[in-house]
Formats: sequence, C-alpha cells, structure tokens
Amino acid sequence: MSIEDDLLTPDRPPIQSVEQTGVKSKSELVVETLIRITGFSVIVIIALIFFFLLREGLPAFRQISIGQFFGSRWYPIDNQYGILSLLVGSLLVTSGAIIIAVPLGLVTAVYLGEIAPTWQREILKPFIEVLAGIPSIVLGFFGWIVLAPAIVRFGAPTGLTAFTGSLLLAYMSLPTIISVTEDALYAVPKDYRDGSLAIGATHWQTIWRVSVPAARSGIVIAIMLGIGRAIGETMAVMLVTGNAANIPRLGPAAFFEPVRTMTATIAAEMGEVASGGLHYNVLFAIGIILFVITFIINSLASRLVGGDKPRRRGGQL
Amino acid sequence: MKRQQVEKLGEILSFVAAAIVIIPIFLVIIFIFINGVQAISWEFLSQAPRNGMTEGGIWPAILGTILLTLVTAIVVMPFGIGAAIYLAEYAGDNWFTKAIHMAIVNLAGIPSIVYGLFGLGAFVLFFNLGTSIIAGALTLGLMTLPIIISTAEEAILSVPQEFRIVSRSLGATHWQTVRYVVLPNATPGIITGVILGLVRAAGETAPILFTVAAFYLPELPRSLMDQTMALPYHLYVISTQVPAMPLQIQYGTALVLLLMVLSFTMVAAVIRALMRRRREW
Repeated sequence: MSIEDDLLTPDRPPIQSVEQTGVKSKSELVVETLIRITGFSVIVIIALIFFFLLREGLPAFRQISIGQFFGSRWYPIDNQYGILSLLVGSLLVTSGAIIIAVPLGLVTAVYLGEIAPTWQREILKPFIEVLAGIPSIVLGFFGWIVLAPAIVRFGAPTGLTAFTGSLLLAYMSLPTIISVTEDALYAVPKDYRDGSLAIGATHWQTIWRVSVPAARSGIVIAIMLGIGRAIGETMAVMLVTGNAANIPRLGPAAFFEPVRTMTATIAAEMGEVASGGLHYNVLFAIGIILFVITFIINSLASRLVGGDKPRRRGGQL
Repeated sequence: MKRQQVEKLGEILSFVAAAIVIIPIFLVIIFIFINGVQAISWEFLSQAPRNGMTEGGIWPAILGTILLTLVTAIVVMPFGIGAAIYLAEYAGDNWFTKAIHMAIVNLAGIPSIVYGLFGLGAFVLFFNLGTSIIAGALTLGLMTLPIIISTAEEAILSVPQEFRIVSRSLGATHWQTVRYVVLPNATPGIITGVILGLVRAAGETAPILFTVAAFYLPELPRSLMDQTMALPYHLYVISTQVPAMPLQIQYGTALVLLLMVLSFTMVAAVIRALMRRRREW
C-alpha cells in the first residue's frame, strides 16, 4: 500500500528547519553517514540490475539481429529466437486481466469507499489483503488443478488458455487496483461531494459524476500498476496458459487459445540452458524487455501524479 | 422516483461486484483446505519425502523456506530500515530524493522473474556464490527491499513532528532524536512492514528458481553455500513435473504454504491493530 502511496503523495513541504542543538559525537557522524549510504544504495541497486541484464542479454545480438529477435517463431532448438509470439502472449493475458479487473476493481473500490457500512468494510478489507498475500504459485496451482478442468467442463476444448491466465491475473491485480483506487477516491475533497449533494444529486450520481472523475488520475495510476503487476507475473500464468508459443488468430476467440508469456518462457527454459550460450543470452534479453516495459509503466504512473496530497510528516497530536 | 431506483440498483450492483471479488478468495482457501487437510499430519510436516516424493513429508522444504526467509531478513533489514530512516529524516526535498523514490517505485514493479535473472547473473555466476541459500536470500532481499523501505518510511513519517521538536528543544541531536524518540515509536509499523515483506518473499518461486532451489536433496542444508528445498518451488515441481504424484500431497503442500503465509499476515495485522490502539497520538 505504501508503494502506491509513494506515487500518490510525492511532494512534501520543506523540512522544518530546527536549530542545530546538542553536540554531535563522532560516532553519530559515522551512523549518519552509514544511513546516507543506505539511502543512496537504492539508486545504485536499480542501476546494477539494469546493468547486469544488459551485460548478459546484449551479447545475444551479436548472433541474431533485432529483426530476428522480434520474429514470430520461437524454436530455440532450431535456433529461432523470435519473441513476437511471447510478446503477444503476454499482451493477450495482461489485457484480458485488465478488462476483467478494472471494472470489477473500480466498482468494488467504490462500494468499499462510498457505499458499504463500516462493519462490512471491516470484514471485506482483510479479505482483499488476504488475496494480496496468497502466493502466486498457490493460485497457479489452484488454476491448474481446479479452474482449467472446470473451464473444460463448460465446453472449451482446453482449459489452459490465455483466458484462464487472465482470470487468475485479474484476481492477483485486484488488491492493487482496489487499494489505489480507494486511496484516490478518499483523496477527493469532501467539498466536492457536499456541493454535489447540496444541489440535489443522489449519492450514486455524486459518485459517478463527481468523485470518480475527480479521482481520475489516481484511478489511471491504479490501472497502470495493475498492468505492471499482470505483465510481470510468472508462476500463475506458467501453470495455466498452456505454454504454446503460437500467435493466436485474430479475434475474441484468441483468448481461448493456449499462449505463452515472456515471463513463463524465462522461467521454463532458463533451467535448461548452458550459461553463456545464445539461448541464455536471449532469455536475458527478454528480461531486459520486461524490465523496460515495467520501468516505462511505473515512470509514466509517477509522472501522472499532480501532487494531490502533500506528504505530511506526523499525525495530529 | 427514477433516480432513487437507479441509486438502489447501483448499490446492489456494487455489492455484487464486491462479492464477485471476495467470494472466490474465500472459496479458494476453503477448497485447498478441504482437499489438503487430510494430508497434514505430524509425519507430513516433520519428515523428508520418500519414494520419489510420493510419500513421506515435506519437512526439508518447510525448513528451507524458513531458512531462506531468515537469511533474507538479516540481509534486507539493515538496508531497508536504514534507507527508510534516511528518506524520512535526513533527505532533503530535492531531485535526488525524488530520484530515490522513483527508484523504489520501479524496484517494486520489477517482475519477480527478472529478479531471478539478476540473481542468477550477479550472485550465482558473477560473484560465484553458486546456487546457494545466500544467493537466493540476496535475490529475495532485493525483491523485498522496496516494500520494506516504503512501509518503514511511512511508519517513521507518521510519528508526530511534535515529538521531534520537543526532543530537539531539550537539546538532543538529530540522531539522538531519531534513535530514542522517533524509532521506538515507529517500531510497530516497521515490524509490520518487515513481516509483510518477508511473507511475500517466503511465497515467491521465480526468484529462487535459478538461485537456490533444488527439488530433491538427500541432506538438509548445512551452510549458506548449500542449496535447499523450498515450499513454493516444491509445490511447483510436484504439481507439474512429477507424474503420478498423489493429489493429496499436492494439496497438502499448497495448504502448508498457504497457512504459513496467512498466519504471518494475520500476525502482522494483529500487531498493526494493537499498535493503533496503544498509540499515544
């Protein structure tokens, strides 16, 4: 929850200047320097991660061209490393998840924030936190053992499809989407609601014509964070999407075909590659793509913040 | 009356949406519980697997997960809490601080498999740690870092400014104030954040796939440089790679992992609730 808060409340008032009091001992200086170092190290770490990904991934392009890399056939055995089908797989599963999760999450957030009585809120919110805490492999396991066969019983030829993946991913993204949307709705000034009700709008009208539009940027952030979560998920999709590196035919039926995501490809194949070989490098290159995609999404989300709430230090005493 | 009808309908629809979200959560947990509880016995929890994993227990995996989580905690807490203290107490309101916050948000968004790749490239190979507990813990630690920094920072920031002002006005230095006034008051929040972060680390599979996890080890790990079994990885393998694995054992493993995660999440929630009640502000 706090990471999302980081996005919604980036600015703080300047630190109140306090007179330098007391005498700083040498050991204090050491401690403070150490603390500063840990602070800086965060930037060092993310740079290191990017650097290592580049280090192990770029060598792939000595042997295959960019065009080949974005080709449509992924057959490592045959030396074909076209990730288009994987990209499409990730895209399909993610977009399906968002289509399911965003309306559901938005309305649920509205319900929790605006409509539900307090006692219901107290019961429902922990459940959502529980969902956030369920390990992805457990959900993947559930999808593999229960959901996929159930979908087959509903008439689909196979249960291991992009749709099953989307379903699981939707539920995994829901806690993020719901909590960020809730925060965004909470941040809408009370005056907006009061004004709307005062001129005669119903509660429902106020929610959808005043509060939600006012919380627009926060909701967009919620969606972007949900997308980031969905694209990056590995284990759950690995177990239920069928792992077929094909590009499905265009049209809504595409959701009901097996696909393979970028994340699942890395997880499934890294165990079998020789370190330093072309396959190894290409898998790292896919990692670079994933890093860049999530970096762009998160940076965009940060940019979108207009500084709704100044970050306050301290509560009210 | 049309508007009032829309209002009622809207409320019902919203409730339905919330139900669609909540009920499956409930169902999944109940389902795994019902199917897995029969496999749980003292034997299951305390013994090693036998007969190609189809019999016996999952103790080495449980132990492995506990070990990994402990080492991850040791690795990540100094950095995470230190960075949080820096951000909350010492950082100025400048572009550099903004950059650090951006870095944290981005670290939080990196897919877990990418952390696994980094762990492989950096810890296992480059620093030559091999697939080992330490490599896995470092990887998990990195993944947990942004979570811990964020929650710890928020906990520290929520300590009222008045506390600091009074402390400084009595003559304490900045660090003395942090150490003796701010941190003790922020500790419950920090602990909650650490627990939640570690719980997340305990349940992750992707970061440990290539950095530490092994499917079957004849002995328990004896040092940080050893490989280990781990619950999430174990569940992954027995549900997808082992033919004729009894369904009950699969459910049992899933249940054990789920219960571990849920119980510690509840512990964190309880601490948070207690802390809110006992707060002096």
